[in-house]
Amino acid sequence: MTQTTVEAPAPPAGRVRLGLSNRLLARPEIGALVAAIIIFIFFLILAPSFRSAESFFTVLYQSSVIGIVAVGVGLLMIGGEFDLSAGVIVYTAGLANSMFCWYFGVNLWVGAFISLALCLLIGFLNGYLVMRTGIPSFLITLGTFFVLQGANLGVTKLVTGTVSSTDVSQIAGYDSLGKVFSSSFKVGSVTIWTSVIWWFLFVALATWALQRTRVGNWIFAVGGNADSARAVGVPVMRTKIGLFMTVSFLGWFVGMHQLYRFNTLQAGGGVGNEFIYIIAAVVGGTLLTGGYGNAIGVAIGAFIFGMTSLGIIYAGWDPNWFKAFLGVMLLLAVLVNLYVKRMSTMRRAGS
Amino acid sequence: MIVRSRTFRVAAALTAVALASAACSGGGREKTDESTTGGGGNAAGSSGYTIAFITHETPGDTFWDKVKNGAQQAAKDTGVTLKYSNDPEAPKQAVLIQNAVDSKVNGIATTLVTPDALAGAVKSAIDAGIPVVGFNSGIDQYKKLGALMYFGSDETLAGTTAGKRLAEQGAKHPLCVIQQTGSVALEARCAGVKSSVPGTENIQVNGADDAAVTTTLQAKLAQDKSIDAIVTLGAPQAIDAIKAKDQSGSQAKLVTFDLNQEAAQDIKDGKILFSIDQQPYVQGYMAVTSLYLNLKNGNDIGGGNAVLTGPSFVDSSNIDKILPFTKNNTR
Repeated sequence: MTQTTVEAPAPPAGRVRLGLSNRLLARPEIGALVAAIIIFIFFLILAPSFRSAESFFTVLYQSSVIGIVAVGVGLLMIGGEFDLSAGVIVYTAGLANSMFCWYFGVNLWVGAFISLALCLLIGFLNGYLVMRTGIPSFLITLGTFFVLQGANLGVTKLVTGTVSSTDVSQIAGYDSLGKVFSSSFKVGSVTIWTSVIWWFLFVALATWALQRTRVGNWIFAVGGNADSARAVGVPVMRTKIGLFMTVSFLGWFVGMHQLYRFNTLQAGGGVGNEFIYIIAAVVGGTLLTGGYGNAIGVAIGAFIFGMTSLGIIYAGWDPNWFKAFLGVMLLLAVLVNLYVKRMSTMRRAGS
Repeated sequence: MIVRSRTFRVAAALTAVALASAACSGGGREKTDESTTGGGGNAAGSSGYTIAFITHETPGDTFWDKVKNGAQQAAKDTGVTLKYSNDPEAPKQAVLIQNAVDSKVNGIATTLVTPDALAGAVKSAIDAGIPVVGFNSGIDQYKKLGALMYFGSDETLAGTTAGKRLAEQGAKHPLCVIQQTGSVALEARCAGVKSSVPGTENIQVNGADDAAVTTTLQAKLAQDKSIDAIVTLGAPQAIDAIKAKDQSGSQAKLVTFDLNQEAAQDIKDGKILFSIDQQPYVQGYMAVTSLYLNLKNGNDIGGGNAVLTGPSFVDSSNIDKILPFTKNNTR
């Protein structure tokens, strides 16, 4: 796969051009975009069944389930924090809604809002603890991660007597909630899931917030240097807690999708996905140290992950090697990303 | 403080009333008298025996939940005090066995998933005069380790039998779905299917994420249109496979290992052809009961051979009888 680096635009040595190309290269998502295009072409060549609109929308669906939470995780990382509970909270949200309504026999909408309140509270607690104690968010949310993992299991077992939630499809409100969170429609032979549209919407919203609003500036500021941000009057605490709550809101959203698409949830689910969100954000050009990145990049990162994980199947490669292939593709994506970014900084240094 | 707690109580009561009045929505919990479920039996410890029950359960698996239910019911029925512990990692499971030996239990029931790693701990139990019974896994090694009896399914046999039934249905190219990477038992099932139907192909999915399982299967069904059967190795994955089939318009036959309530309903509705059940409840129940009989009466079950709890087939012919049991979480 060394030939792939040739695909990147090679600048003519010597003179530096200013203008559009330079401005493009300075954007965080450009490396990820180049990597995504390369991987896309790569699978188009290698996997015949990848070359259909149906497959493309399956990939988009898979990306959206990762991408929706990843948008929040990306924003949080730009703000300089991590959330390791983001994978499990998806299942906490679904389980809470499902079991509350099943146990008390109430309309699912009630449970959905209770679940939302619960998730926002968890997000708030994450943020509040991080800000109050000064302990790195990596540790605080690792704690939340374990607590939620245990509570998911323990409470589910207590309420339903098993380790999976009960079928919600017969409870009132199922149809209308299903329409909101997990419906699909057909365009020709292609199935489009509304989660894809929601994903685009959240990405657009996050992009707008980051680029055009005061809150966006605050996020970059607290992620770059929280102390200087505070010194110039940025409400650091509010911003960061808000970011944690955004993550848990989006986790809730995907939890709703999972619940109303699959009707039952296993209490042990979601573990490990928190890293996929972080990977999507990093592949998409977000800095692990905070202060740099954007929402479109994170979306492309999620797309790369979705495309790679399914592309390997479409290509029909030996399933035992799946994770190895996945790792190589992700490394490749990060390398291309780095290469493009280095080129862009070199140019700026030259000018 | 008192005032506050009273306000809280009033609020809680109001909420409860609101909920009760709203509790007219269908599909919820069936309100049964709690005392009638799982009643009977003797008080814990009335027989004076303590049995340690050790598994390699990964927390949150529906399968192990049934094993545990079986063991608990057996303990209740025989008046045995049950000490349940589990750890998916072999060295830690060995420590759990050693702990049981140190605390001088009367008998030990343990899974023997990693026989070599557990051999030392099992030997120290036998040296201490504590009878050991194997269950669930370790069918080929339990005797060598010194365990008295064994209750479980032969995974390869289960796979082979499932494959034979699929072949009778005309399947040439089944897809065997492995939801946990590197599991010996799951690989053995797929190998069993493959020995009956040589065209069997394996696929790895992330069992912790239903959406990922569905899209992966969807992609595979699109990639290879010649797949005419899907074998899932766990009931939750079977539900995902149904979604994937719907999405990709595949006509592949679906069979699954293990059961849960939804899968049982799908068997009834004809969406799943059959399930290969290794009867986890029986494994837990028998492991405890056999130890009790051995301690109480010197009994030996199985005539010197392993007692097979599976494969037991659940299909349209017997689902009506079994469906209610899945609701009790015992099948």
